[in-house]
Amino acid sequence: MSRKPTSGKVSSGKVSSGKVSRRAVLAGTAAGAAVALGRFPNPAIAQSEPFKLGLLTVKTGPLAQGGIQMEQGVLTYLKEKNYTLGGRKVDFVSADTGGNPAGTKTKVQELVERDRVDVILGPLAAFELLAISDYVKEQKMPTLSLAAADNLTQRNPNPYLLRASACSSQAMHPMGHYAATELKLKRVVTISEDFAFGYEQMGGFQAAFQKDGGCVTNKLWPPLVTPDYTPYVAQISDVDGVCQGFAGSNPLRFMKAYASAGLKYQVVTGQTGADDALLKSFGDEALGLVSCCPYTLDLENAANQRFVDAIRKDYDVIPGFYAAGLYVNCMVVDAGLKAVGGDASDKDKFMTALKGVSLNDTPRGPIKFDHLNNVIGNFYIRRVVDEGAKYGLKLWNKTIKTYENVSQFWVWPEAEFLAHPVYSRDYPPLTKC
Amino acid sequence: MTFWLLLTVNSVTFGGLLFLLSAGFSLIFGLMRIPNLTHGSMFMVGAYLGTTFLSGALGFKLNFWVAAILASVEVAILGALMERLLLRRLAGQPLAQVLVTLGVSFMVADLCLMAWGGDPISVATPPGFAGFVRWGGAAFPLYRMAVIVIAVVFAAALWLMLDRTRLGAMIRAGVDDPQMARVVGIRVSQLFTIVFALGAGLAGFAGMIGGPILSVYPGLDQDMLPLALVVVILGGTGSLLGSFVGSIIIGFIYNFGQALLPELAYFILFLPMVLVLLLRPQGLFGGQIL
Repeated sequence: MSRKPTSGKVSSGKVSSGKVSRRAVLAGTAAGAAVALGRFPNPAIAQSEPFKLGLLTVKTGPLAQGGIQMEQGVLTYLKEKNYTLGGRKVDFVSADTGGNPAGTKTKVQELVERDRVDVILGPLAAFELLAISDYVKEQKMPTLSLAAADNLTQRNPNPYLLRASACSSQAMHPMGHYAATELKLKRVVTISEDFAFGYEQMGGFQAAFQKDGGCVTNKLWPPLVTPDYTPYVAQISDVDGVCQGFAGSNPLRFMKAYASAGLKYQVVTGQTGADDALLKSFGDEALGLVSCCPYTLDLENAANQRFVDAIRKDYDVIPGFYAAGLYVNCMVVDAGLKAVGGDASDKDKFMTALKGVSLNDTPRGPIKFDHLNNVIGNFYIRRVVDEGAKYGLKLWNKTIKTYENVSQFWVWPEAEFLAHPVYSRDYPPLTKC
Repeated sequence: MTFWLLLTVNSVTFGGLLFLLSAGFSLIFGLMRIPNLTHGSMFMVGAYLGTTFLSGALGFKLNFWVAAILASVEVAILGALMERLLLRRLAGQPLAQVLVTLGVSFMVADLCLMAWGGDPISVATPPGFAGFVRWGGAAFPLYRMAVIVIAVVFAAALWLMLDRTRLGAMIRAGVDDPQMARVVGIRVSQLFTIVFALGAGLAGFAGMIGGPILSVYPGLDQDMLPLALVVVILGGTGSLLGSFVGSIIIGFIYNFGQALLPELAYFILFLPMVLVLLLRPQGLFGGQIL
C-alpha cells in the first residue's frame, strides 16, 4: 500500500536545525513561487541567484530510517558551510518520495520542472533510481545517488549519474576476499532479500569468495517482508560461515533469529547489514559480525570527527552509511561547483567537473571516480565488539582491515568484468562443493 | 531431524502469535462486519508502547510482562475511543468504516515514526526466558516455547469467556444475528465498543509478546495485517475456533513453505485463502463462533 508522498521546502537561512514549522514551509513555498514567476532567461543574473540543491529521500514508511538520515547528512554539511557551496548561497529543497517508484517519478519532475534545481541528491533505493534514470538523462540533471544498482555505472551507464557511495557488489568483493583469505572460511551459505540489491551483493560476494578458493553452498532469498527468519535459518547447516546482505531493519531480526536457533557459524555482511546506525538496536547476538562498508564510524580522520560531532550535536543520532553518504555527496557537489566557478548553468560542463572531483579528506577517506562515474575509495572491514565503543554505545564496529582504492571492478580488468552478465539471482551459478 | 523439529516448534510459536493477533480481528469482523485495517497498527503501537515502558524513557522501568499488560490496556483504550468517536458515527456504512480504518492506519504509522523515529527497536527477551530447551539434539529457544503457552492460555480464557459468561453469550448472539440480538434487548452498540477494545488490546499484547522475536520497526503494521487477514478468511470470520486453527495452519504453511519452497513462499501462503474463498467462502469454521 502506498502512502501519499509529501514534500517540504526549506529556504536557506530560514532553517538551522532541520525543524521546519508549517509557517516557514508556506513562506518558503510562496517565495519559491515568486522566484519562479519572475524568472527570465537572463544568464547575467544566474550567479546571484541561489544554487538550488534538491534531495530525493524517504521520510515516511518503512524506508524512512535511512531516508531521514540522508536528510540529516545533507543538513549537517550545509550548516557546516553556512549554506554556501562553491561560493554560492544554497536553496535546499527536500522531497519525500514515499519510497515507491511512482512517488519518486512525481517528485523528481517537481524538483526539475517546478523548483528548477541545479543538482539532485538521492534517491535511496535502487528501484527508485531505476524509475528516474531515463528522466534525469533526458533532462541532463546531475544526480548523485546513494542507490546501488550496479549496471547504471557498468553495462548501462547513465552519464548524468554519479555514485560517491558504492555500487551493490563493490563492498562485497573485499568481503569475499577477506572471508576466504583471513577468516579462512571454506563453505558459506548466502542469504539476502529477494530483490536486485540482494542479488548484486551476493553475486559480488560469491565471485570474489570463489576466486580465492571459497565455495558458496546455497543461496537463500527470503522476501523483503519476512517477519520471522527462522524457516530460513533452519536451512543453514554443513557450512562454516554465513553471508547476509540484509538492509533496513531486517539485519536486526535476522541476527536474532540466527542466535535463537543456536547457530554459531561466522556471519559476514556488506554495507547495510551492520550499519553503524543499527549499533544501538543490536544486542549481543550481533557480537562477532564482520562487515565491509565504504563508511565506518570508527574512522579517525578530521573530516569524520567533524561530521560525527556535528550530526550528534544537532540531531542526537549515531550516523551510519546513509547520513555519511549524503554528507560526502554534498562535499562532491561543493568541490565540483568550485571547479566551475559557481556556474552550474551548463549541465555538461558541471557534470564533467563533478566527475573530476577527487577528495582526500572525507568522512570515508579519500575518493575519486572512474570513467563510468562510480567511486573508487576505501572499504573497511569491521567486527562488532563490545569494547571500546564510543558515543554511549554498547557495541562498536571496530575496523580490522582497510582495503584502499577499491573500484567497482575489484581485481578484475574492466573489460573482463564487464563481459560477464550483471550479478543476479543465478549468476554466478552455484557450483558443486 | 533437527530441521523438522525446529520448524515444527517454530510453526506452532508463530501460529500462537498469529492467534493473539487474529482472534480480536476475527471477533470484530464477525460482530461489526468490517475488516479492521488498523489491526496491524494496534499490534505495532502495542509493541512501541511496551518497549517504551521497558526502556525507562518515561522515568520508570517496568518488568516485561507488566509492560505488555499495560501496553495492551492502553491500546484497548485507544481502540474503544476509535470505535466511539469514529466508527460509531459511520454506523451502517461498512465501506466508509473500512476506509476510515485504512486512513487511521496510515496516520498511526506516521505518528509512530514521529514519536519513535525510524530506527528499529530490538526488544530484549524477558529475563529467565533467554535460554534454550535441549531436546533430541536440537535447541529450542525457551521464549518461543513460552509464546505457545501464552497463546494456549489466552485461547482457553477467550473460550471460557465466550462459552460460559453472560458477556460471551451476548457476543455470540450479536455475531449470529445483530438485529435479533437487539430485539431481545442486548445493547449491541455497547458490545461493539467492548469487542473492539478487547480485539485492540489483544493485538497490542501480541505486539509486545512478538517484540523479542520480530523487534519493532516502521512497517511492522503492514507486515502483520495481511497475515491476520489470511488467518481470518481461512478460519472463518467471527469464529474463535477458526482463528485458532487458521493461525496454526498458517504458522505451518508460513514456516514450511518458506523453508521447503522459498521461491513460492507467498504463493503457498495465499493459496489456501484463495481456495477457501472459492470453495467455502464462509471459511473452515464460518458460522460457528466457538
